[in-house]
Formats: sequence, C-alpha cells, structure tokens
Amino acid sequence: MVIRIRKLEKVYKVGVERVHALRGLDLDIKANEFVAIMGASGSGKSTLMNILGCLDRPTRGVYELNGKLTHKLGGRKLARVRNEEIGFIFQSFELLPRATALKNVMLPLVYSRRHWIGARRRAKGALERVGLADRMRHKPNQLSGGQRQRVAVARALVSSPSILLADEPTGNLDSTTSAEIIKLFEELHDEGQTIIVVTHEEEVAGHAGRIVRLRDGFVISDNPTSRDPVHQEWLKASARAATAAAALGDGADRQLGSVARSSGVVEAKAPLAHEEAAR
Amino acid sequence: MIIFRVLFQTVFLALGQIFSNKVRSFLTTLGIIIGVGSIVAVVAALTGLKRNILTEFETFGTKKVYLDGTIPQGQRNQISWRSVQVTLEEVRAIEEHCESIARITPHWYGSYDIASTEIALQGVQVIGIWPDWHAIENRQVIRGRPFAPMDDAERKPVCLINDKAIEELNLNRDPVGSYILVGGRRFLIIGVIETKDVGAMFGGGDTRSEVFVPFNTAVNLNPDGLLNYAMAELTSADKADEVQADMRRILRTMRHLEPEDEDTFEIQVMQQFIDQFNQMARVITAGAGGIVGISLLVGGIGIMNIMLVSVSERTREIGLRKAIGAKPMIILTQFLVEAVVLCLVGAAIGLLGGQGLVLLMRMIPDSPLDQASVPMWAVALSAGFSAATGIVFGMFPAMKAARLDPIEALRHE
Repeated sequence: MVIRIRKLEKVYKVGVERVHALRGLDLDIKANEFVAIMGASGSGKSTLMNILGCLDRPTRGVYELNGKLTHKLGGRKLARVRNEEIGFIFQSFELLPRATALKNVMLPLVYSRRHWIGARRRAKGALERVGLADRMRHKPNQLSGGQRQRVAVARALVSSPSILLADEPTGNLDSTTSAEIIKLFEELHDEGQTIIVVTHEEEVAGHAGRIVRLRDGFVISDNPTSRDPVHQEWLKASARAATAAAALGDGADRQLGSVARSSGVVEAKAPLAHEEAAR
Repeated sequence: MIIFRVLFQTVFLALGQIFSNKVRSFLTTLGIIIGVGSIVAVVAALTGLKRNILTEFETFGTKKVYLDGTIPQGQRNQISWRSVQVTLEEVRAIEEHCESIARITPHWYGSYDIASTEIALQGVQVIGIWPDWHAIENRQVIRGRPFAPMDDAERKPVCLINDKAIEELNLNRDPVGSYILVGGRRFLIIGVIETKDVGAMFGGGDTRSEVFVPFNTAVNLNPDGLLNYAMAELTSADKADEVQADMRRILRTMRHLEPEDEDTFEIQVMQQFIDQFNQMARVITAGAGGIVGISLLVGGIGIMNIMLVSVSERTREIGLRKAIGAKPMIILTQFLVEAVVLCLVGAAIGLLGGQGLVLLMRMIPDSPLDQASVPMWAVALSAGFSAATGIVFGMFPAMKAARLDPIEALRHE
C-alpha cells in the first residue's frame, strides 16, 4: 500500500467561519495504480491533492505515505518527503523560464540528499524517457506546450518518486497534445509507476484504472473505471455523439465532436436536431 | 551540505538574473556603486597625500625637536623678544638632563656681506652651529672636513659653504683652502656641505647660499645677535612626549615661571606634526566613511526594494521550488545570496569607478596626489560592507520568500 488515508479531515478558517473541506475521508492506493480523483469545485479535491502532495497537513486523521505517517511530520521533514517521494505535475507546467530543459529537470536533485552526484545523468535519462533527448538545451519558450509538459513530467520522474501527482495535467493543452501526455502516463503506469491524476475531464479519467469521486469532502464513489457508472454513461454519450457527427460529414464533425467531448450528449443532441430540421 | 550546493548554484543563478535585467540591476546598485566609488577615491587620495607628506617629513627628519622663545599671547607689549630667547645655558642644561635627546645644537643667526676675490654678495645668512648639526640635519660635509671642537673653542675663522654659495661666489669647484670675506673678516673654507632638497613644505626647493661657522665664532662676529633657536634629535621618534615634558620642566625651572605663568618658549616635535596629520587623515576618512555609510544605506534600501519586487515576481517559482522539496532555509539562502551578489557586483563596479577617479587624480599635473592608489584594505572593506549591506537589506525580502506558503504561491497570478 503506497497511500493509506483514514478519517482525513481538513478545516479551514475563513474569517470567523470554519469550512470543512474534508470530512473524514478514507482512501487506499496500492503501488502501480493509476487513479483519477474527480469532483466539482468545492468538493475537496484540491485540498486532498495538497495533502496527498504533503504541501498541507490534515486537521485530523491519518495519512500514511509509503509507511511514513506524514501527518506527524514537521515542515522540514515534509519538504524532504516532497522531494523524495512525490513527483508533481502542474496544469501550467511551472518551469523556470530562464533555465534549459535539462536544468529544469535537475532542479529537484539540487534539493536532494541522494541523487546530486549523478544529477545530470539522471536528468538526461528522464528527458530521454519522455522523448525530449534532442531538446535538452532548449529553454521553455523554445518548446511547445506538449513539450513543456513533458519536461515537467521528466522533472517529476527524475528523483524516482513513489507517486506521480498530476493536477489537471492536460488543462492547458489542446486535444492532440493532451492525448500524447495521457499516453505517456499510460506508458509510465505500464512500467510500474504509481500515478494519481486530479482532473475534471472524463476523457482523462477514462485512461486511469480507477476513478475516485468526491463531493462535499467525502468519497462518493470509488470504482474501477470499467465499473464507474458515471464514466460508462459518458462513454456511451460520447460514442453516440461521434456517430451522429460522422453521419453529418466532415464539416460538422470537428465542431460537434468537440461539443460532445466537453459537454456531453444532451447538448450535442440539440444542434443535431436543429440541423435535421433545417434539412 | 545541501546549503553549500545551493550557495554555489545560486551565485550563478543570481548573476544570470542580474545580467538579464541589466538596466534594473544597474539602477538598483547605483547607491552601492556611488558609495564604494567615492570612498575608494577618497581613501586613495588620502593615502597618496599621506605618502607624499610623510616622505617629506622623513627627509626632513621625524626625530627633530625645535626649541625657540615665544611671547605668550597678551604680553606682546610687556616682554621683549630678547628676554625670551633661548640661552646657551638652557641648551647645555637640556643636553645634559634630557636622556632622550641624542644631540643638540644652537643656531646663532647673522646676516653679513660676503665676498670672494671676484664677487661680493650682500645679506647672506651665516649660521653658527655645533658639530652635531650635521647629524641632526643629516647634511654631511662632502669635501674637506667638518668643524672640530678646537675650531669652536678657539673661535677660529673657518667656514663651511654649500654648492650654491660656490656657484654664486664663482669659486673653484673644490674651494677648500680658499678664503672668503665674511663681514670684512677673512674666513678659511674648510669644507663643502651637501645640499638637500626637503620639499616646498619646509621652505626648501629654492636653495640659497649658505655659510656655516663654528658657534662661538658666530657669537664673536656679532655678540649682540640672537640665538634664534635650538635644534635637537630624539633617540627615537616615540620619545616625543617624554622629551617635551622634560624640556618644559627644565626651561620653566630655569626661567622661574610660576605655575600660573604661560610658557615663554615653544617646543615643536616633528613627530607631533605627523601625528597631527595622521589624526586629520583619520577624521577625513571617518567623515567620508559616514557619507559612504549613508549612501550604502540608501543603496541598501534600493536593494531591498528590488528584492521585494523579485520575490513577488517569482512567487510561483518559489512555490514550485518549495513544492519539489526546497526547505525555507534554502529559499532564504537563495534570496540572500542574490542580494549579496547584487551588492558585490555594485561594489565591483564602484571599485572600478573609484580606480578610474584615482587615475584621473594622478594625471593632474604637480598635484600632491601623484602617489594616490587604492589600498587593499579599502578594497576588502568596501567588499565586506557591500556584502553586509546585501545581507542586512536582503534579509527581509528573503524571509518573506522563505515564509511563503507553497499552495498560495503556486496559485499566485
């Protein structure tokens, strides 16, 4: 078990009010799982991610990461856990603009006790792994969005973390590059990496092996992707939309397809009916 | 361990930051640049001045003591100059009782017409001296012989002259054995005295004809003349205060001065002039130091300002660094190093500017600053103070950065 969470609670004080972001949440994640955490805004998804990433501490409850009771650790030790156990991937990449891809990937090793002797070699290895062997000397502004996120993935991988924690990793990418990044995640998963993706996109969640849904600080559903009712419903709907779009021919295909992807079938049906009536 | 690695890497990172924001960095460090540049120039100028003046003092002799009579303020009308002049008895008493006086000589001044067989000169200074004069003034006899005790005791009409006198009297290059007329009396030239340029500060530079005779001979020439002053040499320069006190006690006793009376004589020790000069140089340095302190303060505020801007510009970067495991201490170090590097770059530019000013100073013709140069301690001190400024004024922004909450920082827009 890489992650064991029991009765996790997080209370924020906003002015005089106390906001319960998490209200006694249980969650186990095994090694080499690919888990998607989903939920609307306000569901506690970000709070959970911050705690999972050891950026924040729970008010109450147990968070055991790789056998370490991290809720008992102080700031300095948590920093070390973040450095050694967790690979972060952010929506907006967070690369240092003036540093080359290689320097960016080496950054976590600067703060590491373990890997700084072979830092350059390790960083090169990580960049090769994400397919950027020929872009090591490039600065972020010389790279495309997909390449930037690959650099960020390499940076997350470079210290061989126990978990890869991705927060909306495709949020700033177009659909093609999103697919590339997701594919990269799947490959890493196949190689044995434990991956946790926080997302609101069903399409991204669909590639995970398991979907955990949150609402109001609780886990409301936790199923393998193949048995997640919401996701299965979404799959059917987008399949229908795709069929309808194909029937309409090339012109409408892209437009409708994207509508179906982003808002589901219900909305997609309306313009369909509209067009038929017009005919 | 990590901190050293971070220090090392941060220096380059900071240099990169400074280089990519050239104009901003330059304006920020202007206070430091001006501060360091001006202190370096002032210190270099003082060092040059000091070197010049001390060289002159040394040529003149740092162990010299002068004694002459003086009328206290407010008694000018009651006392005559003659009554306060130093007497031979006083000179002998000082020679005998002051242990730290190595040698002493009185000066008996007179002005006479002198003449060789060809040329006559009017109003030439003729000085009566004891043989010790040569050692005190460090002017030796280069041809012929110095005065012997016998010359003085028997008031022999013998004299020593300098090159200028030889030239003006149109004598032989080696005039020893020739005669000249001094005040109408025949004097045998027994030697030639070397000429020494003591620098404009002590009335040198423009050498005049000089004739020296044994002290008693001079008194004999004009018994109504004045014993102008006595000149002595200390056994060592640090005995100045002691000798002064001794001489004062002896003279006050011999002159029967009451405790409330003012001194009717004046003792001047060269070492004291040097001390006074050094004192003045220290005051100027301290004054310049104060001004520099203010400009470093202003510069430091500039640094603090720009570091605060830097921290807020790079909030996300700080958030990221913290997220991937940088401890607050490391972040603090990083920003402190940046501030210090910024200050040191400013100090380096200031040093170069100061060096430029020094080169300009040296080019001024005939100035006493031709030996101005930046001493190493000033370089080290300005670098040290700049670095300290960086630490002091970089601390607040660095602490602000170190305290940032990574979650908030990553959300920062």
